[in-house]
Amino acid sequence: MEDLVAFQIETRNWLQENCPQSMRKPMRSEFDACWGGRDWVFASEDQKLWLQRMGAKGWTAPEWPKEYGGGGLNKEQAKILKAELAKIKARPALLSFGVWMLGPALLKFGSEEQKKQFLPPIVRGGIRWCQGYSEPGAGSDLASLQTKCEDKGDHYLINGQKVWTSYADQSDWIFCLVRTNRDAKKHLGISFILFDMASEGVSTKPITLISGKSPFCETFFDDVKVPKQQLVGTLDRGWDIAKYLLTHEREMIGGSSDGSMGGRGIGEIAVSALGANENGELVDSALRSKIATAELDGWAFLLTMERSKDEAKAGHGIGARSSMLKYYGTELNKRRYELMMASKGLSALEWEGEASNDGQLPRQWLRTKGNSIEGGTSEVQLNIISKRILGLPDPKVN
Amino acid sequence: MALVYTEEHEMLCEAAKGFLQEKSPVTEFRALRDNQDPLGFSRKLWQEMAEMGWAGILVEEQYGGLDFGFTGAALILEEMGRTLCASPFLSSSVIAATALRFGSETLKENWLPRIASGEAVIALALEEGVKHDPPATSMVAEKSGNGYCLNGSKTYVFDGLDADGLLVLARSSGEAGQENGLSLFMVDGAAKGLSYGATKLLDSRNYAAVSFDNVEVSGGDLIGEEGAGLAMLEPAMNAGRIGLAAEMFGCASQCFETTTEYLKERKQFGQVIGSFQGLQHRSAHLYSELELVKSAVIKAGQDFEKNPEHSGMIASLAKAKAGEVAVLAANETVQMLGGIGMTDELDAGLYMKRIRAAQELLGDYAFHANRFAKWRGF
Repeated sequence: MEDLVAFQIETRNWLQENCPQSMRKPMRSEFDACWGGRDWVFASEDQKLWLQRMGAKGWTAPEWPKEYGGGGLNKEQAKILKAELAKIKARPALLSFGVWMLGPALLKFGSEEQKKQFLPPIVRGGIRWCQGYSEPGAGSDLASLQTKCEDKGDHYLINGQKVWTSYADQSDWIFCLVRTNRDAKKHLGISFILFDMASEGVSTKPITLISGKSPFCETFFDDVKVPKQQLVGTLDRGWDIAKYLLTHEREMIGGSSDGSMGGRGIGEIAVSALGANENGELVDSALRSKIATAELDGWAFLLTMERSKDEAKAGHGIGARSSMLKYYGTELNKRRYELMMASKGLSALEWEGEASNDGQLPRQWLRTKGNSIEGGTSEVQLNIISKRILGLPDPKVN
Repeated sequence: MALVYTEEHEMLCEAAKGFLQEKSPVTEFRALRDNQDPLGFSRKLWQEMAEMGWAGILVEEQYGGLDFGFTGAALILEEMGRTLCASPFLSSSVIAATALRFGSETLKENWLPRIASGEAVIALALEEGVKHDPPATSMVAEKSGNGYCLNGSKTYVFDGLDADGLLVLARSSGEAGQENGLSLFMVDGAAKGLSYGATKLLDSRNYAAVSFDNVEVSGGDLIGEEGAGLAMLEPAMNAGRIGLAAEMFGCASQCFETTTEYLKERKQFGQVIGSFQGLQHRSAHLYSELELVKSAVIKAGQDFEKNPEHSGMIASLAKAKAGEVAVLAANETVQMLGGIGMTDELDAGLYMKRIRAAQELLGDYAFHANRFAKWRGF
């Protein structure tokens, strides 16, 4: 207990001295975020300083072991750090798929050499990673992926195509699922491999979505040579790693639903746009009751997120329940955005122009349509709930 | 406060489950219905529950209660919902016990020990129309000497038949529709001028139509100030609403679990029907909705325990969401059980009827969604 108090004071003092003032303001947009990487152009000297200092301390990955560049903090200390950062409204020093996804996988499945080689640059923000999972023919049925990885004696040779690779065009390295065995059952012939996006034969092409620009890319591999020591875990057993990572991803997407309790709800937005009657009720009573339903569900959902966190703290893993959060959160968010669009009527349709911040709302509305597809569709989540939680049998294939 | 149960709560829940499964399985409720029991519950079983301390779970220790806290009461109701236990727990031990917290010392001394011992059953005499609408109350409370004289009639009084006491909302001034001018009284169930008629509803519980013909009550029977009755009753109504939400969550969970098991056994087209995606996705959706209800019920219980006088919004959330999802659970149960789900032999219909009544009592979905919207400023 005393140690924790000492840690808190120490942390507070360190942040006071080391967090630049301009990094103590909330981010205005995604352009204020720092993703790091070889080609990263810092938005300011402060952004660079903040990343360097936090990275050196290992606090971009507070709970990773010190020997791999992490902060070496225990759960209580990490909680204190998070609280102290929040207190001064510090921006995250680094946003990183390496920290969120690859790191946890390497810590669990990687070799000692791989951990030593790859983890420290992630912590410092020196290498930016992307994730190569989906393929044109392997979406919901991810395990049917076909990107070929052949053993050429002293190296692997990779040929194929990935799609929906977030930030592929800006990333330095990729963690990728490839097929190493065509004869085994589909889940048992997949491997998890890492390689440099600057390798010969790698090319990327950005994808434009219905909402406009997007971080997504198509990624092509044409005779890409990969050193053999860059395969993670056991050959042909990469699916275990993929599943482990997908659970993380689902929690992230399901948790990003923004119906914050106590914040400005859709109802208020609608009242300011459309007006209220003498009782203070939204003039459009049919819309009002739809919004009320969405708000009730939004609150109950947020309470469920909170409960899941509390249960996890109390030692009950959430496991397949992350599928429930992902399913409900993304479907709810689609409903919420439909109602926000309705609340703003014709003005919600503005695509370009200052009043709408170049169509921020309609673009977000369109973007939510993808939330129930990426990271496993709603239908796949319902399959997982049926099988893993309810114990219902697989459909019989005739 | 973390949205998880404490060890104490878990123990209470286990004890309640064990007791109810043994003493009050669904067959007991079915027998009450089949025998057309006039009371709709067993006094003997109620006595046993009282001996376990349930009747006084919200009553302070100085009046013979356990003062265990509201979350415990909600947990008991959830388990009662699972076995369709019929008892005056909600009326007497949850709603009346909460209302009497705001009563005078004399009222507390008169009633609370008898509530806690299970000796007295108290019902809430509130509704006068077909929809829950407290401000619409028009029953007259006219000043008479040091007390009041009550005239009018109350309908759908839950657990009202044979009640030992009635919690009555009546109008001491103003007009029907106004929130002000209502007063809350604690009336002896055997007072002169009261007459009772049974109202048979689809859920086979105890409902009464009660008429008041010059019923004299003393000034000491007033709970809180004259004219402030609605505000006085609000915490008790919210306790009832959260209690009903917990009960419906229990009903719905039981329906869902029974149906899920059935999906794993029933075969058609040469395979168990639970392997059909059309049913799997509906089950998985219902599972998700039930998780939301559970969170809302736990949160509502905790908030009520901390601050009963400011629990309106969370009570509305819990009541609305639980009612909506419980109706869905009942409908899905009958549909997935198929033809046998429509037969009286199975329990599905009993759950459907209980849920239908519970979602209507103390405000249905629209009532609470409307209230919620007002609080949220739209």
